[in-house]
Amino acid sequence: MSRTATRLSVIAALVVLAVLPLFLSDWIVFLIALALAKGAVVLGVVLLLRGGLISFGQALYFAIGAYTVGFLANKFGVGEALVALPLAVVISAVIAAALGLLLARFRGIYFAMLSLALSMILYTVLIKFYDFSGGTDGLSVRGFSVAGVTSANPSLVQYYLVLMLTAAVVYVGARFLASPLGYLMQAVRYNEIRIEYLGASASHAILASHVISGGISGLGGALVAYLVGHVSPDLAFWVSSGDFVFVAVLGGTGSVFAPFVGSIAFEFIKNYAVKFSPHTWQLTLGVFLLLVIYVQPQGLWTLLTRLRAKPR
Amino acid sequence: MNLLPIILIDGITFASWLFLVSAGITFIFGVLRILNVAHGSLYAIGAYLGATLILQFAGQNQQSWITLPLLLLAAIVVGLTIGPLIERLLLRRVYGEDEVIGLLTTFALFLILEDVVRLIWGVDPYLAEGPYRMFGRVRLAGIAFAGYPFLLTIVAILVGLLLWIVIHRTSFGRQVTCVINDREIAGALGINVPRIDLMAFALGTFLAALGGALTAPMMSVEPGMGVSVIVLAFAVVGIGGLGSIGGAALGCIIVGIARAVAVQLFPEIDLFVIYALMVAVLLWRPQGLFGVVELRKI
Repeated sequence: MSRTATRLSVIAALVVLAVLPLFLSDWIVFLIALALAKGAVVLGVVLLLRGGLISFGQALYFAIGAYTVGFLANKFGVGEALVALPLAVVISAVIAAALGLLLARFRGIYFAMLSLALSMILYTVLIKFYDFSGGTDGLSVRGFSVAGVTSANPSLVQYYLVLMLTAAVVYVGARFLASPLGYLMQAVRYNEIRIEYLGASASHAILASHVISGGISGLGGALVAYLVGHVSPDLAFWVSSGDFVFVAVLGGTGSVFAPFVGSIAFEFIKNYAVKFSPHTWQLTLGVFLLLVIYVQPQGLWTLLTRLRAKPR
Repeated sequence: MNLLPIILIDGITFASWLFLVSAGITFIFGVLRILNVAHGSLYAIGAYLGATLILQFAGQNQQSWITLPLLLLAAIVVGLTIGPLIERLLLRRVYGEDEVIGLLTTFALFLILEDVVRLIWGVDPYLAEGPYRMFGRVRLAGIAFAGYPFLLTIVAILVGLLLWIVIHRTSFGRQVTCVINDREIAGALGINVPRIDLMAFALGTFLAALGGALTAPMMSVEPGMGVSVIVLAFAVVGIGGLGSIGGAALGCIIVGIARAVAVQLFPEIDLFVIYALMVAVLLWRPQGLFGVVELRKI
């Protein structure tokens, strides 16, 4: 697809998403906002997956972002998004940098297991230290405002906030993937020794990916905290990380838009699965995941590009 | 009060339980190169089937020796039915694919099995603690301990010995070793590799179910019991080195003792200690204690 065509379709998608609240009912708008916010976390997973690294602990940054918002709102009475969101990104990115230094030595299944262990450490800390994290009850997030203004319809404000930040995250992701370090990540997946022979550093690329991945996942978590209005330790549980990897493969790793397509598809499938088979919605999701793996292992995104490529 | 015997005995019985749960994961990974996320669900199915058999056949107070063969039977049934079914239908298609695909296939299986368990057994807890009461209490170093966990220790040692014998002293074991080292050459030598895969997964499933079935008398069997077990088992096999059964055994003892120390001295951080240990060991030895360093290809 040519560059202009990509730009035009991005603008078209943004316009469609921007006018959606005029036509659709509130719950669908909420679901899309939730899906876009979680899509940022999935993009974080995808950035690492391009280097063949499975982050089975992405919920760590997701929870850090969400709890940053939770703490500020709950302990300091700060519901201001323009304070909390940048802080969530910075804290997540700093922690991602520190943990990235450790994780950059690991590949394959050990990367997955170590990131899983790190996220479970956060989970146990959140559960056990009741005074500081609210234990399993979690924290409620109240008093949302943007630039000091509290709206009568906060969910609509939040929707547009999510939409703008999603666009920003997509831009950052696309710029990173098009940068030399971004291309280097693809090379990490295939052959690391050759990278070193070329004079580049694989661990440098992994560290950079990890910091960006952590930062945008923290942002996604912070947005989800505002949307849902509550944070709990389950955000950091390993099943939550599993869902993000699920959505990453569902969407595909071929494009920065794929995580958001996958995330919207996932939220709607989950929503309808819960509605039509309340006792077997996990089963439905599992079967769907198996279908994706066997039939469309490159994800839904390649389905789109393939359909578009056919007429020619 | 002297804490040392409590910590040692608590640690060793917990380590035995951990070994029963995690030996299957590391064995399956060794042969098939798939980290089985659904292992916890197989453990839960073993527990449910064991509890059901006890409630059906062990009489009112459940305190008879028949309960132990029943628990073993539950594990064998799960190993012989669900194990081969999963391997044939689901896993066979993803051998040799990216690691993320293997991981996600078993994650999908985990989601499916969690609901299947709920559909079959409902959401009410099952209580089959007869065997636990049957073993009564044992006095050691002047302290009374529940007797049943010592059964787990004996079974764990037996399972470890049997696995060692099977792998090192039988034809099946030699074929497995051959497949682990090189699937292609193993096939060229006339080893039926798909059959070895099937048997290895069935054996791993049996071990998961055995762990679950033997745990059933110690707790109320209820939905979600496999979800937290799986990450504990990951921690153990990560510490020991994936694919190494001896490593898993050592990992269990380290984790068991560390947790017992934490439970007695700093009860807030009992779970934290386990994951922190895993991180510490992996930072020190990225392949785990007994893992094999993978050679990098040029």
